[in-house]
Amino acid sequence: MAFINLQNVTYKYPLTKTPVLQNINLQINEGEFVAVIGPNGAGKSTLCYTLAGFVPHFFKGEISGTVEVAGMESSKSTLDEWVLNVGLAFQNPFNQISGAKYTVFEEIAFGLENTGVPRDEMKTRVEEALKLTDISNLADRSPYSLSGGQQQRVALTSILVMQPKLLVLDEPTSQMDPIGTREVFGVIRKMAEDGMTVVMVEHKVEWIANFADRVIALKDGQILLEGKPSEVLTSDVLAENGFGISRYTSTAREAKKQGLWKKENLPVTLDEAVEGFSNW
Amino acid sequence: MKIQIDNLRFTYPTGLEALRGISLTIEAGEQVAIVGQNGAGKTTLVRHFNGLLQPTVGSVLIGDWDTKKYPVAKLASRVGYVFQNPDEQLFSKDVGTEIRFGPRNLGYSKEKIDGLVKRALALTELSDKTETNPYDLSPTWRKMVALASVIAMDTPIVIFDEPTTGQDAPSITRIAHVIAELRREGKTVITITHDIDFCAENFERVIALSEGQVLLDGAAIDVFGQDEILAQTYVEPPQLTRLGKRLGLKETVRNQEEFLNALKR
Repeated sequence: MAFINLQNVTYKYPLTKTPVLQNINLQINEGEFVAVIGPNGAGKSTLCYTLAGFVPHFFKGEISGTVEVAGMESSKSTLDEWVLNVGLAFQNPFNQISGAKYTVFEEIAFGLENTGVPRDEMKTRVEEALKLTDISNLADRSPYSLSGGQQQRVALTSILVMQPKLLVLDEPTSQMDPIGTREVFGVIRKMAEDGMTVVMVEHKVEWIANFADRVIALKDGQILLEGKPSEVLTSDVLAENGFGISRYTSTAREAKKQGLWKKENLPVTLDEAVEGFSNW
Repeated sequence: MKIQIDNLRFTYPTGLEALRGISLTIEAGEQVAIVGQNGAGKTTLVRHFNGLLQPTVGSVLIGDWDTKKYPVAKLASRVGYVFQNPDEQLFSKDVGTEIRFGPRNLGYSKEKIDGLVKRALALTELSDKTETNPYDLSPTWRKMVALASVIAMDTPIVIFDEPTTGQDAPSITRIAHVIAELRREGKTVITITHDIDFCAENFERVIALSEGQVLLDGAAIDVFGQDEILAQTYVEPPQLTRLGKRLGLKETVRNQEEFLNALKR
């Protein structure tokens, strides 16, 4: 059975009139790195909350269908079981930082403290996590004295340190500098190769194409397209539906009209674009 | 209105020296993007423009005003600042009130305020949401409210701190349109951004900061051509610039039009 299994999931927040997720069917295997894309209001964050158990356990509201993650079924389990298996990094790191800790080191240890990890192991794991995301130099700073992008790395690290089976990331690099973004994608890719399952909401199409195994395009609470990055991200449907696309794709699409792009498929990555344009 | 920064240094109370000797002039009506690594000092720098931070050493002049001699409330008539996180600046019960707040504080006439609010709403496509509580809107639209509330103040200088963060494609197009409109009106627009493609398509001048100093400053096309120096501050050139370089095109290109033209040559 798939590691994540969503069957006919429809969900409505307590105060909204229409469902935010509509009849979602989704299977994800262990160790897969899946990117979720979609315009504003598509239901991307709500999907993250559903996978992390926040929907419905924290947000309440009405849910139908079945949600199974790592052998747990949402309707039959509680949020405290859920947090041992699933880690969620919020869209806005300001909302995630505990406010209860004076240093980055302590902030990253916070989750481990709450789950009763022994002190020595806790220290080792925090140090390793800091190294992994390259923020050892920030360990003694206050989380609130950091820049937006640094705070975002801290938020991500505080989840990675928990070693969840499923890592759910809601735009984890939105405030990061470009090369930092690529590094973080690399770290996450490595986690997936080591067996962690990753679901990541992201707008940065070029890096999705370079690192993710599969892309899910959401619109109005429904799955519009699903498949390999090279297929989904070059689809004409995306541009017509308010999705962000890579400049390589949009430029090659225009070049094709002018006879400057001869290949059948459009590029998403730099390498694909170089290859296609080299011999027009 | 000109901005003159002379040997600016700034040290936070924690002892962190965030700006280490910055001298810059930004002329009236310029469109400038500030790029650079997380923690390079981008936000710290622009917070000096409206007096939220005061130089430890050096000076910042906004027109003929030294920011050390004018309170933030006064500087707000010259410099509008849209925060990175809209939740740090919104507090009214509805969008209409939120957007009126700024121009009202600047003491404009009712007619002028009405006109400014209407224009800000139209530019940000919020005209149908004036009765809504900003916190009932999605983060994307809250960002638009933050933008509108600053544009409505009609300041000669407008600062955007990472306007495209977390925004979808239609929203990024809307923000580009707002910036183009401000340019047309002759306003100075200064934008911090990590979205280098957005930067390439909307700004003529680019300043790259690194560890509290200016690493590169010049025409976008010249700055983006120096990929090795940019990498020092964790910035990569725009996608099409990188592509052009890999293909061995002679000139540096920034956007689709320049790329396709260069390819045909």
